[in-house]
Amino acid sequence: MADGIKDKVAILGMGCTRFGERWDASAEDLAVEAFVECLEDAGIEKKEIQAAYVGTHYDEINLGKAAVPLAGALKLPYIPVTRTENFCATATEAFRAACYSVAAGVYDIVLALGVEKLKDTGYGGLPGGAALGINDYMMGANLTAPGMFAQLATAYSAKWGVSMEKIKDAIAHISAKSHANGSMNPKAHLRKPVSEEIIKAAPLIAYPLGLFDCCGVSDGSAAAIVTTPEIAKSLKPNQDMIKVKALQGAVSSGQEALGTEWDGSHFATTRIAAEKAYEEAGIQNPREAISMCEVHDCFSITEFVTMEDLHISPKGGAYEDVMGGFYDLDGPVPCQVDGGLKCFGHPIGASGLRMIYAMYEQLLERVGEERQVKNARMGLTHNLGGFPHSNVCALSIIGRD
Amino acid sequence: MAGICTYGGYVPRYRLNRKLIYQAMGWMNPANIANAKGEKAVANFDEDSITMAVAAGLDSLNGMDRNKLGGVYFASTSMPYKERLNAGIVSAALGLGDQIRAADFSGGLKAGTSALLSALEAVGSKGVSNLMVTAADCRLGQPASPQELIFGDAAAALVVGDENVIAEFKGSFSVTCDFGDHYRGANAKFDRQWEDRWIRDVGFDRIVPEAVNGLLAKYSLKIDDFSKVVYDCQYAAARKKLNKVLGIAPEADQSNLQQEVGHCGAAHSLVMLVAALEAAKPGDQILVVSFGSGCDALWFEVTENISHANGAKGVSGALASRADLDNYTKYLVWRDILPGDTGLRAEEDLWTRWSALWRNRKTVLGLWGGKCRKCGTVQLPPQKMCVNPECGAVDQMDDYLFSDKIGHIASFTGDMLAASLNPPAVYGQVVFEGGGKMLFDFTDCDMKEVKTGMAVTMSFRRKYYDAGRDITGYFWKAVPVKEVE
Repeated sequence: MADGIKDKVAILGMGCTRFGERWDASAEDLAVEAFVECLEDAGIEKKEIQAAYVGTHYDEINLGKAAVPLAGALKLPYIPVTRTENFCATATEAFRAACYSVAAGVYDIVLALGVEKLKDTGYGGLPGGAALGINDYMMGANLTAPGMFAQLATAYSAKWGVSMEKIKDAIAHISAKSHANGSMNPKAHLRKPVSEEIIKAAPLIAYPLGLFDCCGVSDGSAAAIVTTPEIAKSLKPNQDMIKVKALQGAVSSGQEALGTEWDGSHFATTRIAAEKAYEEAGIQNPREAISMCEVHDCFSITEFVTMEDLHISPKGGAYEDVMGGFYDLDGPVPCQVDGGLKCFGHPIGASGLRMIYAMYEQLLERVGEERQVKNARMGLTHNLGGFPHSNVCALSIIGRD
Repeated sequence: MAGICTYGGYVPRYRLNRKLIYQAMGWMNPANIANAKGEKAVANFDEDSITMAVAAGLDSLNGMDRNKLGGVYFASTSMPYKERLNAGIVSAALGLGDQIRAADFSGGLKAGTSALLSALEAVGSKGVSNLMVTAADCRLGQPASPQELIFGDAAAALVVGDENVIAEFKGSFSVTCDFGDHYRGANAKFDRQWEDRWIRDVGFDRIVPEAVNGLLAKYSLKIDDFSKVVYDCQYAAARKKLNKVLGIAPEADQSNLQQEVGHCGAAHSLVMLVAALEAAKPGDQILVVSFGSGCDALWFEVTENISHANGAKGVSGALASRADLDNYTKYLVWRDILPGDTGLRAEEDLWTRWSALWRNRKTVLGLWGGKCRKCGTVQLPPQKMCVNPECGAVDQMDDYLFSDKIGHIASFTGDMLAASLNPPAVYGQVVFEGGGKMLFDFTDCDMKEVKTGMAVTMSFRRKYYDAGRDITGYFWKAVPVKEVE
């Protein structure tokens, strides 16, 4: 009987580039940058890596398909390399695959890397079109990501009777908090603190979301090298060990998109994946047990409803928690401690590993004093790809014993 | 005896006050002040002659079993396709099966009455029992031209059959002549016309009487026998003169809707006829006379069935559902006269995959979904494997039509990032009464009035235009409707 991933895999090293508009760097350059930092942190040589999982999403404007371009960029020495792609959850999927191959006992040391070069599109926001396939071309709405996630707000308001004004206040608080956290992070894309007043007054992108409710569209890469706890112990006897506690996912079954039960106000996938992740990690009460988290705040409203779907805020109670500072850096469960997608940035295929990187550096207490979460033991990452009615949810929990 | 069984009308929601056009373009042609009165109906950016014909067609089907139709005739001079049967798209959108006849009627502005005549005679000769005739036009006048002011967009539909007719077809008389008053070459965007005086004095003054008098003589009738004369002539002075010459009493002169709609091309006579039928009484004799490359004159007698005609909205219903288009340049952009910049996002290039469209044609064109035979779950688009997790049956879907269902808005947004000719792009999740849910673009609505829970009806619209390959793609959109809440 399978008993999950808990404590079977340790993170040996991680790397993450500065995210942002990296006009002078290609996807290959970014991948090398993250990889070099990761190798150095792991304290191993490249030839010790036995397999790799590399993720990128927009292959059409980026690297091209398959693992070949990244294997070539990193000069990986004739090892099995697999490309993962699962929308914005791409990098968490690469990490999950790497962890599984270690846990399976097939390999000792495995690389997971995610990269995205978004700033070669020529316009703001994400490219659409081809990513959604031919049926969408024939029958899909003229949608964008902000428009799809924005609908969470109208549906949430209808379900819980929370006025659109209150939602606007809460999501402004969410974005202001992420800007404050990001401003302290030298690797973050957006590093300017922004007040709630300015956030609320910004031009609308998709009702009710304004400019500051949307995350940064960035270039970047992040990587992890994973191994067994035994090997980690032998290689780094004097360092705290960061172990994987849970890796869970859930993908929409078509019920949210086609069925009439789902009301559009929450993520069915996140609720299920979170329950499974807590069970895998042995967590009874996530509100108490989770020290901090990085959630998929592609839009402020996504973070708002996700805090309920992760079973940390009570259903219908996100407003009180958010406005009460529960997720602020000095609150009980700090959220987006590195600035989040909102300010650290969101290079699609790299974000999942960037979130894990944020938890990893906090757990090792490597960040500056001003944004260090005190006594952090357990960090959760929530990585979501697609749209509220049709998505991939990938969760990880990593911890320091 | 063959006749008209039901009627339907469609006038697009947006109306452009002709003064706005004149304010913008009158400097170039001050004489246009004569036409700068009233308003013209303007197709939305996602409408064309096909979508308007479908709207009128659905209106005429109201309450009728669509399986009774044996064919669709579509008349227009502004069809989106020269090759690809436009009536075939209309037919699929109406939810009709494949085993029917369909034909496009085009070329001259009397194409609408020619289609009607052909349908009446096809039914009369027992070739087919019921045929729908749709006509719609969306003609363009060049900025600063009189046509820009005179033309309007609208559609009409008539179901022709031989049972329970509301207006019996009694006879016809046709005149065909190559009278080049208005023309458009195969590659022209705008209508061109010859001198008004010649059109009036030689066209209307000679050809219309030839057709009318021909019909009167053929059936030994007098003009006074007709309670309504529905004839196409947008010149007020020429109309006055013709009424006098032909002896048409003021109360028999059916309004040409010039002040409310404008001249709607091949659809014009039929739009006027639908408006006349809306006010008709049993026993009324109606004379319909089209104009364009000749005339068709058709004689109808209204029957007792008119008193229980179906509940179509008709032309008057569509006229009442209106909104000001308070911006002339918006009209220019919508009609691609002024090439507005919708941004690089709009240039993402995807192809129409004809083989994929063929596989999905019932859903894309007809909005057919599926209903699971095993568990009864309704789903859109139809699924090979039932979406109900308790069921999961494979290949058990029966066709289930969504185009006639009422939906309610579950969530929505107004998106300024999406490339659109009418930003914000409003869209959201629609849950249908009776089951089923899908994400739809919304149209014909004001973002400020959209609310969750609001009722919507489905409308066949242009989904995209691929300029590089000259392909218009169609799908359905949701139209928020306050009155059916």
